[in-house]
Formats: sequence, structure tokens, C-alpha cells
Amino acid sequence: MEFITDILLLSDSTLRISAPLILAALAGLCAERAGIVDIGLEGKMLAAAFGAASAAAVTGSPWIGLFAGILVSVMLALLHGYVSIHQRGNQIVSGMAINIMVAGLAPTLANAWFSLGGQTPLLDNGARFTAIDLPFAEALEDVPVVGALYSDLLSGHSLMTYLAFAMVPVIAWILYKTRFGLRLRAVGENPEAVDTAGISVTMLRYQAMVMAGVLCGMSGSALSTALGAGFIRDMSAGKGFLALAAMIFGRWKPVPTLLACLLFAFVDALQGRLQGVSFPLIGEIPVQFTIMLPYVITVVILAGFAGKMDAPRASGIPYEKDR
Amino acid sequence: MKYIVAKMVAVIAVCLVPAFSAVGQSFKPVLLYDIGGKFDKSFNEAAFRGAERFNKDTGISFRDFEPNSETQYEQALKRFARRKADIIVAVGVGYSVAVRNVAKRYPDIKFTVIDAVIDLPNVQSITFKENEGSFLVGMIAGMSTKTGKLGFIGGMDIPLIDRFKVGYKQGVAFVRDDVSFIENYVGTTPAAWNDPIKAAEMARSQYARGVDIIFSAAGPSGLGVINAAKDSNALAIGVDSNQNHVQSGYVLTSMLKRVDLAVEQAMNSAKDGTWAPGHRVMGLPEGGVDYALDEHNAPLISEAMKARLEDARAKIIAGEIIVDDVEGGNSGH
Repeated sequence: MEFITDILLLSDSTLRISAPLILAALAGLCAERAGIVDIGLEGKMLAAAFGAASAAAVTGSPWIGLFAGILVSVMLALLHGYVSIHQRGNQIVSGMAINIMVAGLAPTLANAWFSLGGQTPLLDNGARFTAIDLPFAEALEDVPVVGALYSDLLSGHSLMTYLAFAMVPVIAWILYKTRFGLRLRAVGENPEAVDTAGISVTMLRYQAMVMAGVLCGMSGSALSTALGAGFIRDMSAGKGFLALAAMIFGRWKPVPTLLACLLFAFVDALQGRLQGVSFPLIGEIPVQFTIMLPYVITVVILAGFAGKMDAPRASGIPYEKDR
Repeated sequence: MKYIVAKMVAVIAVCLVPAFSAVGQSFKPVLLYDIGGKFDKSFNEAAFRGAERFNKDTGISFRDFEPNSETQYEQALKRFARRKADIIVAVGVGYSVAVRNVAKRYPDIKFTVIDAVIDLPNVQSITFKENEGSFLVGMIAGMSTKTGKLGFIGGMDIPLIDRFKVGYKQGVAFVRDDVSFIENYVGTTPAAWNDPIKAAEMARSQYARGVDIIFSAAGPSGLGVINAAKDSNALAIGVDSNQNHVQSGYVLTSMLKRVDLAVEQAMNSAKDGTWAPGHRVMGLPEGGVDYALDEHNAPLISEAMKARLEDARAKIIAGEIIVDDVEGGNSGH
């Protein structure tokens, strides 16, 4: 029985941890599919977390927080877009610059506005996206299997978690079923062809950056106003890079990316659970080793199992019309 | 060419002289925080409050600095040592190597380092018996638990944090011997102090597995634990500063580490001239550690509990109860 409880708890944890990862990975996916490498996910996430937490702290509304988080993230995405589309700058450098800039700027602004040493005030539940109980969750609680799955696992997450999972089919639909999506994918593979067809490469890439900005903004807001209750310096803790790895592992496709995010989140949840547990024969695994697990798995998967990577062909290459 | 260079040097010197000599007051104390920031509601904030009290009592202002990464420890120490600070108080075990290096180069500057032990003629080391304070909060947890399961969440996995855990478990065992523990560490790098999301996730998992009280010794990450306690309608125990107010009613108590007292005393003694190098240990007898009791947790701690706590305190001070310690708790890492 304890085993089943453990599995349920781990799955529950996995869903929560994966939400910001999924949103950030989808953001990276939109950008790279249009031919722009977005290594600045981490920075945009942190900036959005800060924006959302400050706006929610001042206004007391998580919705205004979410809006502010998205706004900040879109601004940074457009900055990255300006450097990589208009100025044809190096996209890796621009992305890293955003990461470093936000890591310093967010705590500095937080200190200047709130004088709490680089944090924003702790948010009350009214200013956060708190757990939502799905309909009938209480009624079904005592039904075997279904009750456990529905009431314990699926119900009781925050709005941002549900939103993250809902975004996967939405993005897949946009990319594969709309004309805009077709053009967006084409601009990442062969921008010359798109240009020849009389469609603006610049415009399409900017649109992709706005999409990435919105998704990344949601991801950051989820960190500070749903999972956490306020901004703390460096609170993104490498999630942006993990999302990038998940996107590559998911081969720039929405559903495989979702699965990769779930895998990473599951390993993260598992490592917390394995700490201090004694195994037959091996004994207790040292904390240092369990904490290493998610990263070891990332390396093993990317090096061993991922196989041939079909990155969008024009990804990372600025488009020059007169070449 | 030579003339121009000389002129430039002269101009720069003229500009710099007032910057160094224009300080009005004669006594110049400096306080250096650890990573996490001045208002972390925990360790650094306690240090800040101590310096503030010194400022209020004496009217002497102090200078402070918040490093963003470990590489800034030594830079900051050197900068203030060059400016002839009268005393430099550095808080945090992370400063051990940096203070040792800088104190050797500036033998006429007084350094006080908190949480680390450095054996130099111009360094005063102050450490705390966190295990004794943790023993008391462990007793409170043991007397309050209903499920018989208790949790511990440490920040970075270092011997200093182990000391909290050892004292806590011994305190619980002192009042009950049928309690099981679930332990987690947030990480193994300094980033572990700033990851409330992960700490909260670990806390949620512990609460869901039947734990009803978690003691978090994790700096700012501990705020995530306290928040998870509120979300799960359970209890958390704060650390370093009094964190009872962070989520009133969900924080059972806080293990106070009186960094404020240490900072204030170091600055005062440097001012009076009674400052002496060497190693000072602040435990229960010196008032260096304690449990927090205020209006936020008064309903949670009964008179009977208080009586048992005071009894245990007296026995620890008298040496009848020896609280175990951990090797290497205050060495650098």
C-alpha cells in the first residue's frame, strides 16, 4: 500500500514540478522552430518571476501579476529578437547576456522597490494561483482507483499547472494545423524559400519571439505566484537550461517535449524521495549522489539515447536577404 | 610624456585623498553579509539587526556589503581592510578562507568572523552551539507531533547543517522514542540556500507522507517550507531569526541563533577596546541559541511544555544533558 501511495505522491510532484518546465520548453520550441536559438529562457523566466511577484505584491491580484510577468518576458524576447533578427548578432551571446543581466537586475530592482534584500514581499494566498479542486473531486475521493487518480493526482493543482498542460495541444495545433504554423516552421528550415514566396522572414521571426515571450512569461509567473509565494534571487535555479535540454530531447516537437519535461520532473521528484532511504545491499545513497541524478540522466539521455538530432536547419543563423 | 603621467597621478591622488580622509567619525565598523542578502528573514537579517542596535546605542554608523557570489568575499574584505576599517565583522562559514587570507595580509585590522574558526592573532571567531538550540526545538516538535512523524529539511549538505539535525533528533528522542524521521537536503552547492521551490516541493512530499512538523535549516529556501506548511495545513519550525511571523499560526517555533548578539558585542567591544582575538562559543549558557516564543505561536506552546523546556535548558547549562555535536561543523567548505 505504501508503494502505491509513493507512486501517487511522486506523480503528483512530477505534475507540479513539470509545469514551468513545459511552458519554458514550449517557448524555446517556438523560437527555435522559427530559426532563433533562445538560450535566454532562464533569464526571461527569472525576469517574469520577478515581474509577476512584484505586480502581484503591489496589486494583490495574481492575474495582474501574470500579465506583468508576460509583459516583461515579451519585452526581453523582443530585445533578443532585435539583436538576432535586425542586427544579425550572435544569438548565443545575446541569450547569455539576457541571463546575466536579469540575474543582477531583478534582485537590484527588488531591493530598490521593496527593501527586502533582493526579495519581493511574501504573497498572501489571495495574490497567488492557489490549488483548484476539480469538480466532483470530493465526491469521488472514496471510489477506489478512480478516486485516487482523479482526486489526489489530477485535482488540487494550481491554474498554471493546468494551463501548462493545455498549452501543449494548443502549440501543436498552431504549428501543424495553421497556415501561420506552416510558415513559422518553414522560416526555421529554409528562410530563402519563405522570402521567395513573398512572406516577411523578419515579421514571422518576431511573431515567434512574441509567442516564446508569452510562454516564458507564464512559466516565470508559475514559479513565483503559483509554486512559490514571491521572488527570491536566482529562484529559476537552472530550470531554463533544463527546459532547453528537454526541448532538444523532444526533438523540437511539442508532445515529445512534454514527455521529456515529465521525465526530468519525475527524476527530480524521485531524487527528493530517495534521500535518506535505505536500500537492500547498497544501503543509504549519499545525498550528493541523489542530487546528481537528474543531471546524470540528462547527460546519458542526450548522449546515448537521443539518436540523430534534426534541429531546424536555419536555427541560429541570421537571415540575410541579399546573400 | 613622463610629465603627463606624473600630472595624471597627481590629479588622481588629489581626487582620492578626500575620499579616504573625509569620513567624519573616527570609529568605522564594517559588516559583511553572506550570500542570501541583508533581509533574508533569517541569518543575515539577524546580523543586520545586531549592527542596527549598535548604531542606535552609540550613534556610530556602520558600513555593510552584500556579496552576490563567493568570489566577492575576498574582494570586499580587502577593500574595507585597505580603507582601515576598525573592525570587520564577516558572517557565514563561507568566509573562512577569505578571512584567513586577508587577515594575514592586514595584521593590524581586527576581524570577527561568525560561524567559522580561524586561528590568527587578529581574528576573533564566534561559533554557536546550534545543536543545543535545535535540541530545544526538537523537544517542542516531539511534544507537539500527532502523527509521530517529523521532518527535517537542510539547505546545503554541510557539517554545519548536520549539527542542527543531530541536536533536533536528540531533542525529539529526549521526549519520545517512537518518532520516525524523514530528512531531505535541498542541494550540495550554495545555490541550495536560494531554492524555495525545491524546498517547498520536498516539504509537500514529507507532509503528504504523514509528517506534521518540519524543521528547516535552509536559509531563504526555508521560506518555501513555511509556505508549504500553510498550503498543507501543517507546521514548520523556522531557523536563525524569529520566523514565527512569516505565516502566523503555521510556524510552531523558531530556532534562534543570536547572530545579532554576536555582531553587536563584537562591535561594542572593538569600540571599548575590550575586543580580544580567539574563539568564542555561544551556546545556551551564553544566550547564543534559544527557541522563539511570541504572540504568533503562543497558542501552540502550553505551560507544561514550557516547564519541560526550562527544565531541559537548566540541565544542559548544568552539564547534565550533553547534546551531541558534529565533527568539522565550522570548517570551511
